[in-house]
This record gives sequence, structure tokens and C-alpha cells, in this order.
Amino acid sequence: MAVLASALSPRSAEFRANRAAQEAALAEIAAAAETAMAGGGPEALARHEGRGKLSPRERVARLLDPGAPFLEISLLAGHGMYDGAAPAGGVIAGVGRVSGREAMIVANDATVKGGAYFPISVKKHLRAQEIAEQNRLPCVYLVDSGGANLPHQDEVFPDRDHFGRIFFNQARMSAKGIAQIAVVMGSCTAGGAYVPAMSDETIIVAGQGTIFLGGPPLVKAATGEVVSAEDLGGGDVHTRLSGVADHLARDDAHALALARRAVANLGPASRAPLSLQPPEPPAFDPDELLGVMPADLRQPSDVREILARILDGSRFDAFKPRYGETLVCGFGHLEGMPVGVLANNGVLYSESALKGAQFVQLCCRRGVPLLFLQNITGFMVGRRYEAGGIAKDGAKLVTAVACAEVPKLTVIIGGSFGAGNYGMCGRAYSPRFLWTWPASRISVMGGAQAAGVLATVKRDGIERRGGQWSAEDEAAFRAPITEKFEREGHPLHASARLWDDGVIDPRDTRRVLALSLSASLAAPVEETRFGVFRM
Amino acid sequence: MLRSVLIANRGEIAVRIAATCRRLGIRTVAVFSDADAGAMHVAACDEAVRIGPAAAAESYLRGEAIIAAALAAGAEAIHPGYGFLSENAGFAEAVGAAGLVWIGPPSGAIRAMGLKDAAKARMEAAGVPIVPGWHGAEQDARFLAGCAAEIGFPVLIKARAGGGGKGMRLVERAADFAEALESAAREAASSFGDGAVLVEKYVATPRHVEVQVFADAHGNAVHLFERDCSLQRRHQKVIEEAPAPGMTPEMRAEMGAAAVRAAQAVGYVGAGTVEFIADASEGLRPDRFYFMEMNTRLQVEHPVTEAVCGVDLVEWQLRVASGEPLPRAQAALGLDGWAVEARLYAEDAAAGFLPATGRLRRLRLPSSVRVDAGVREGDTVTPHYDPMIAKLIAHAPTREAAFAQLAAALDTVEAAGCVVNAGFLARLLRHGDVAAGRVDTGLIARAGAALADDPAPAPLDWALAAAAALDLGACGDVQSGDVWSARDGWRAWGRALAAAEFDGGAVRLHREGPAWACETPAGPVTATLLAFGDGAWSAAVEGRAQRATAVREGLAVDVFRAGRAHRFRLTDPLAGFVEAASASGDVRAPMPGLVKAVHVAAGDAVAQGDRVATLEAMKMEHALRAPLAGVVARLDVAPGDLVEDGALLATIEAV
Repeated sequence: MAVLASALSPRSAEFRANRAAQEAALAEIAAAAETAMAGGGPEALARHEGRGKLSPRERVARLLDPGAPFLEISLLAGHGMYDGAAPAGGVIAGVGRVSGREAMIVANDATVKGGAYFPISVKKHLRAQEIAEQNRLPCVYLVDSGGANLPHQDEVFPDRDHFGRIFFNQARMSAKGIAQIAVVMGSCTAGGAYVPAMSDETIIVAGQGTIFLGGPPLVKAATGEVVSAEDLGGGDVHTRLSGVADHLARDDAHALALARRAVANLGPASRAPLSLQPPEPPAFDPDELLGVMPADLRQPSDVREILARILDGSRFDAFKPRYGETLVCGFGHLEGMPVGVLANNGVLYSESALKGAQFVQLCCRRGVPLLFLQNITGFMVGRRYEAGGIAKDGAKLVTAVACAEVPKLTVIIGGSFGAGNYGMCGRAYSPRFLWTWPASRISVMGGAQAAGVLATVKRDGIERRGGQWSAEDEAAFRAPITEKFEREGHPLHASARLWDDGVIDPRDTRRVLALSLSASLAAPVEETRFGVFRM
Repeated sequence: MLRSVLIANRGEIAVRIAATCRRLGIRTVAVFSDADAGAMHVAACDEAVRIGPAAAAESYLRGEAIIAAALAAGAEAIHPGYGFLSENAGFAEAVGAAGLVWIGPPSGAIRAMGLKDAAKARMEAAGVPIVPGWHGAEQDARFLAGCAAEIGFPVLIKARAGGGGKGMRLVERAADFAEALESAAREAASSFGDGAVLVEKYVATPRHVEVQVFADAHGNAVHLFERDCSLQRRHQKVIEEAPAPGMTPEMRAEMGAAAVRAAQAVGYVGAGTVEFIADASEGLRPDRFYFMEMNTRLQVEHPVTEAVCGVDLVEWQLRVASGEPLPRAQAALGLDGWAVEARLYAEDAAAGFLPATGRLRRLRLPSSVRVDAGVREGDTVTPHYDPMIAKLIAHAPTREAAFAQLAAALDTVEAAGCVVNAGFLARLLRHGDVAAGRVDTGLIARAGAALADDPAPAPLDWALAAAAALDLGACGDVQSGDVWSARDGWRAWGRALAAAEFDGGAVRLHREGPAWACETPAGPVTATLLAFGDGAWSAAVEGRAQRATAVREGLAVDVFRAGRAHRFRLTDPLAGFVEAASASGDVRAPMPGLVKAVHVAAGDAVAQGDRVATLEAMKMEHALRAPLAGVVARLDVAPGDLVEDGALLATIEAV
């Protein structure tokens, strides 16, 4: 395979400026991540541990194979929402290896409002389940939650993608042979009671886990019966009398060991057939990824500098390198696994879109997973391009991407604007995983463009009425629009709302993608059937 | 020269004899019990014949079976090794009667030296100095007490037919004599079928110095100088050296001559050892050594003599048995440097040298010194036979160099699955008095805990144990497509956490860059831990890396680092939840062993402390008692059972 060359100079002023900007963006994300990982804070954690419980993060750690990687998703869920009341959305979720097998772990953080589900918690739980279902990953639920967050009940309870969907997913996944395992380590009340009850195998911690449809206060209010939580729905009741749970555990550590045993008993996962080759680190230092992307997203950069720091041996066989050059397509490997890469190197023209559509077809035919590196301001606009049919050529790319059944992975490395987001496998196109770099931006268009569009419309209106619009007034009009787009396009805003699966350090890209790709291989790849390509 | 030899022994000596035979082109036939079917000595010989079940009395001590095996295999001669039938005159005769060559002294010589009192009388007559004492037939207690008074306390009471410390009592004052005599006689009677004892002057600062002698059938006899075997625990040798420290040429000549006289007095042929006790209270003096006994066989410690004399004593045995004259005359024998041997035993030095058994799931012996091993990695040390694993022999120009070499070699011994005494031996070799040559048979008992106590594991040992237990050391060499198999605790954000719970404490590890920050019961340590396979690790702390070994099997984790072995036991996270509640009434085997008797039946009412079963482990009996008063709710043991350490034998339910 061809080895990519690099023109990057780590000593150049440009590189250093880029790096400084990326590091600043990274520091902002790191601070947010720190807050998210602290959950409900030290006092809540001390209370939690005072009850003999392990911290939620320690629970996850002990469930995982020691030292194995953990691909946490949506750590920043809920960031800046609900006045900061839901760090990480009150849920820890991610893919990790348990007893030698990759599994989706969903753990309630009872230090965050008793583990109650905010709307974003539900969204995160459902996203975790979606990943599990798409990739056929067994699910282990570490349950410690008081159920729905009542003040937000109208955003949590009734709709299709609300609380009820969790159990719908459990039933459907169980039917597909995707194991559902619950460990009840605390409350599991009302709707929450269905998590263990809907699981294939359930473990409950003695004297600590409780499962009931109505807790003692509700029972007393409804029937006058006075009963303790333990007598109502404790581990002894459920493993000896009701059969709602299958195994009684001594404590958290014992329960997690039992859960590991349950996963071990699932046997090995099947893997999609993929011709692998020995892994090889990139020839160029991934640390330099921080200096590749310009601080100003309007400045051009060569995405092949990024591929040279991600792909095995920096090897990349470009497809149609002389055609549609603003979309770099080609084959490479990630830790020995083949990938077909589509990476933006400028605005999308008809040729780029056609090239991309053909390449997606090619990869689907060959069963090669797809990797999208998004840095896209959009499709080219203007009379010449509209007349040239850029809309139908863009549609071809969107059709190809939408229909592709091979695993798709997306990383937003720079801008993700407009229909470019769709053609490059944005969230709506169901990539198996979507990751974001800290200095990226996502919105329907850039803030400046949006402000420009709106200002033009307004100016036209004012001038039609014979009015005048001063430059100062226009600037005052533009500023809040630009600011709003800037804020809402920020990765923290995006990740808080689960538009992605997480913001990553660019230097971790190769590892994150390899783990994501590897995790996706447990699911068999269906044959792709494309829709009608508008010619 | 003989063309084929049956080796009527097992373990390291059988392997060692086979090695010389192989070098000389002599075909070897091994014998084995059922417990040894896959043993190292079987693999070391050209052929092997089964001779019976595991118990020595039904296998290695069955002379007729061994002779039958030799005849069936077409062996010309039998080499008895040491122990077992090596000093059995009747067997020696039977071998001859079967038309086979006996590689050992004539039966008459064995008999003459077998009964200690008669032997001493004969030695005295031959002009060999003996310890003052009563060696006669008269066994009346009052008479013996009179003898003791006449000799002067302290005195030693010894079984007339004894050996190995059995039936031996030290009496410090007259008042204790009667009781000690009775107990010694009883033990002698049960051990040897002969309750007769002898009473001797107890030498206060005794040195055990022995002389290797060799005689041929042509009337030639030489000595191959002395060995010092003063470092003993419970009357059994652990370190032997040649020559003896502090030995003067005059005394060496005296002792050598006396030893040759002793051999000649009984018409000796072959290899033998004349043991003397030397009173070292004023250093070694030519007039202060006394004949103790003669061992009419090859000694365990013969390799130190081989090293300093540059000979192969087994080859000499084979040549002499073939009728050849001694390969060298006395004048051609000289001393070259210093040699020291350590006996690596499966035993727990810290627990009073309690013999240990178990499968050696790891056994790595040094290559820097001569190693005569009888077991290999993966073999099991059973309670049926001597628990010796190997002998390590260092040879260097000086005593200091030889001791240093041997201690260093012992530091590299790695044994897991069974406790061994390597650490104890290394500490003993480095003990100030030992290094200075101030050795006597009481040194080990006096040094006591200082030698036996293994220092507690350091934080790094805990960290290694945790890393081995959790398999955290992978070097990042992941298989293609299996990126999840990495063990570096990667996270996009935050630090990985891992925990290992051991009996005695938990180790918590946080990933910090390439290292693990560990909180251990012994304190914190931050180390980069890399595994290179086969138990080999590198542990780097503050930029300084050191090698270590850490291996896990089941719940046991063994760490070898800086010459020390540490054993950790993981707490089984799945260990029975229900059983734990009733543990107080459990009767468990405190060590692996053989159940001799069961004293209760299921349903019996027992009082607290009642004997439930008797366990024999390495010739010692252990009473297993009811931990509480109640009823025998469960009994899962029968006489004759071989039980593992910790096996649940019975459960007493309180009533």
C-alpha cells in the first residue's frame, strides 16, 4: 500500500498556533469531563459509600476486565442543562470488555439525584441500547435509580423515545439473542422495576437492592399497609419468594463477580468476517494531530495529514485521487482492520459527491467498514452548480451513505455544516459511533453565514420599505446570531445533547476508532440495497 | 565394567546415578511406585519397572520386588542410592544371592556398623576415638542414670538402632533423666523395633565433621578428606561444606587416618562416610573428635567432596563394584578450593520446618551452580517420600566465594505451589557466624526467627501480585482486530481503576500515564509493570526497573523479587455466600496429609475439643478437634483419605 507523506512542520508558527488552539479547546472539554466524572460530588459520594456501596465508577471498573479499555459514551450528557443538576446525565454508559467479551454497560449514578432519570438520562440510556442493538453487544445494567425525575415527567414518560422504550428495547434485544443482564444494587422503583424484571438474568445485592412497583410510601398511601423496603422488595424476597431476581449477592463486589460470571457463561461472540492484517502503528506521531487543524475553521488544511497519523503504517490507497479532489476516498487499516475512508478536503462539488457515492457502493459490495472524517462547510452553491445538478449529486451521496449496511464510523474533526453533515454520515445517518474533536463546530451553517443570511433578509426588508440600516445596527444585529450559532455549535453543547457519542482528544482518535470498529464487528453485516439514485 | 545397573531409589539420587551411568555407557533401569510413574528419575533411566503402590513400605522398601525387577530387566547390578534399602544387610545379601552385583559395602560391614553400640566398641578396639558413654547391653533405668552421672551432664540418650534424630533426647540435669529415657526408649521401640538406648557425653559446641572413605576389593583404602555438616535443623543436615572451616592439616590427617582405620576394621569395600563429632568449644583440635557412626553408603552431601577432589564418586562406586582397583591413591588426592551444598526442601522454615506438599506449578532452579534435582516443574511433592527437591552445590576457590555464589543462586530459585526453604538457606549462608565459619549443630536453633522469618512483602510485591492476578502487564502487543485485549486501562477521560482483594488486604490500582499508582496494605507505590510472558515481569519505580517473577494459578499468586518469595492468596469473589454463615463449625485439614483415623460418626454428639480425626502429615500426627460442642452434621472423610490443605472434613452443628 502507498505510504502517505507529510508536509507538516511541528516547529512552524502555524503548527504551534494550531496546537495552542486545540489544547485550549481540549482543556475546556477536560474540565467538563472532570465535572461529569465527579457525579453528584464528594458529599453525595461519601453518603453513597457510607452505605457500603461502591462508587458507580468503581462498580463499572470492577465489572470490566481489569486494565481493559473502556469506551465511555456521552460523558458530557446534560452538561450545562438543568442548572448542572445532571452530571453525565446521571448515568455511566460505555462499551467495555467483561469476561473476555465486549458488552454495553449502563450504570445509574445514585449520587446524582438518587439516580433518577432526567430527559437526557433517558436519551443516553436509549442511545446505549441502540449501540448495543446495532452491534449485538450484551447489556449489563447496574441499577441504582429512583426512577423517573418527577418534575420532568412530561419529557420522560410518554413519548416514543421516553422511558418505556428502555423496556421495549430490552424485550427486542432479548428476542434477538442479545443478552440482558441486570444487577440491582440499589433502588429499582416503579417503571425502574422493569429493568431487572425484563432482563434475562438478574442479580440483586442483599440488604441493598430493592425492586418494587410501589415503594413503602406508596403502599402505605394506597392500602395502609406498613412494610419495610427490604421486606417489600429486598434481595431475599426476590430470590427466594418472587423469582424476580435470580442470584443473591453479598455485596457490590460479589454482585459484580456474579455478573462477570453471567457474561462468561454467554460464550464467545461471533464476529463479522473481515480479512485482518497485522496491526502497525502510524509512521507519523499521533501527538502531532493537535497541530494539524487550523484554529480558524475557514483556513484550509490537508486531511491526509490526519490520515497519516491514524491509519496503520500511515498507509492509504487513494481512490480516484485525480477526480473530485475535495473528498479524499481510499482504503487503509485501523489496528489491522480494513476501513474505507471518506474525508473532506474542501467544499463538496458534484464530482466529489459522485466519487463518494461510488466509493461507498464499492465498500458495501466488499464488506469494508466506512470511516467518515467530517470537516465540511457544505455543498458548493451558486447558479453554475445548481444547474450542474449538485442537489441530485449530493442526493446520490446521501442515498449511498444512508443505505450502506457496513459499519459506519464518523469523526467530526472540524466544521460540520449543512447538508455536508448528511452526506458525511452525520448523526441522522446512524453511524455505529460518532465522535467529535474539541475544536469542531456543528450547525446548519456557520454563525457568520447565518448572520449574513439573516442580515441580508432584514436589510432587503428595510430597504424595500425605504429605510436605512446603519453598519452599527447591522453589527448589533449580527452579533447575537453569531454568538448563538457559536454557542450551539460548540462540542459541549452538542455532546450535552447527545448529538455525538463523545468528545475525544484528537490523539486518541486511532484508539477510539479501533475500539469502535472492533465493537461493531460482533453484528453480522447485512447485504446493502441502495435506493434509487437520481441520475 | 558393569553394563547395566538397576537403581533402587528415586528422586535426585536416582537421577544423579543415572547421569554417571549414561556418561559411562551403562544401561540404567529405574524402579517406581505408583506415585512416581511420571517422576523425573523414571524419565532419566533407559527403562523403568513398577514395583508397587505409593507407600515406601510397599514399593522402594520391597527388596524382593526390586531384585525381581532387576532380573526381569536383565540388570547386572543394583545401586541402592541412599536411604531406603541402602544400609539393609539382608537386602545386600539377597542381591548377591540372586546373582546380582551389589554396589555397596559387604553385608558384614553394614551389619557391623548398623548397631551403634557394637560399632563403637569395635572402633574403640581399632583405635578410633569415641565419645565417653555407655554403649552396653545393660538397659536398666537406674543403671543408665548412674552411667549418665558418671559421664557428667548434659548427656545424650540415643536409640541403639536409630538414626535421623528419632529416639534421641538431650538431658540437661539428673532429675529429667528418667522421663527422657522412658520417652526415648518408647520412640526407639516404635521406630526401630528395638527399645535399647545408649547414653553419651553431650558435646556442648559440637561440630559434625565427617570423612569420606573409599575402599576397593583389593585391600586399598583412601579418604577423600572431610565435610562439615554442622548446620542442621532438627538433627537433619541442610548445609554441607568441604573442607571443614578451621580444619588444620594435622587434624585432617588424624581424622582421615582414623576414618580409614574404621573402614578397614570392618572389611569395608566401596563408598562410606565416617561421622565424627568434634568438640569445637576451643576450636578444632586433633584430640577432640570422636567417632559417631559410619554410614555405609553414598551420602546425600557427596557432591561437595566430588567438587573439591575433582572426582565422580558414583563412577568410583561402579568401578569398585566391577572389581577395578581405586582410581586414585591417597597421595594423588588433594583439595581444590571450597564447595558448599544446600538442600532445597519442600518445607516451611517459618513454621518450624513443617514439611510441605503440593504440585510445583513453577520450579526454576539456577544454572550458575551444580544442581542435582529430583523433581521438575509440574511434579508433585507427595507426603510419601522425603520432601527434598534438589541439592545446589557451589564450588569456588575460597569459602567466601563459594558461599556467596550459593546464596546468590538460592536467590534465583522460584518455586510456586509448595513452600520451599530457599530463602531460609540463603539467609543461613549469609548469617554472620556461618560466613565466619563459626558453625555448630545448634546454630540454626539459636538463630531461630532471624533465619526463618520472611520479611513482609513490600508495596511493590503487592503491586506485582495484583498485576499478575489481574493480568495487567500486557506490553500492548494486541492481536489484529482485538484491540480490546489491551491491558493499559485506556480511557478517553479519567483514570482506569482496578482492584485485587487478597487474604490480608486489598490492592487498588489507578492508571497514571504508563504506570499504576497502587495503594497496598504495605503502603503506596507507583510502578510501571510489564509482563514478558512465562511469569517474567519488569517493575519500574521512579525510573529504576528491576526484574521479578509473578505467577498466578487459581487463587494463588507467587511473587519472587530480590531473592525473596512471597505468596498471596486471592479472596474468591464468588466464594460461597451461604456456606460462609456456618463456617464456625467446620473442621478443615490444616495441611495436606493422610487421614489416619476418624473418631466420630455422622450424628455423634461431640464436646468442644473432641478429637474428630487424626491427620498424618509427613510422619507427624495432628489431632483435628471439634471447634464447638454439637452434633456431627456432616462427615466427609474416611481413614486412608489423602486430603488437601483446607479440605472440609466435617461440620459440627451447634445444638
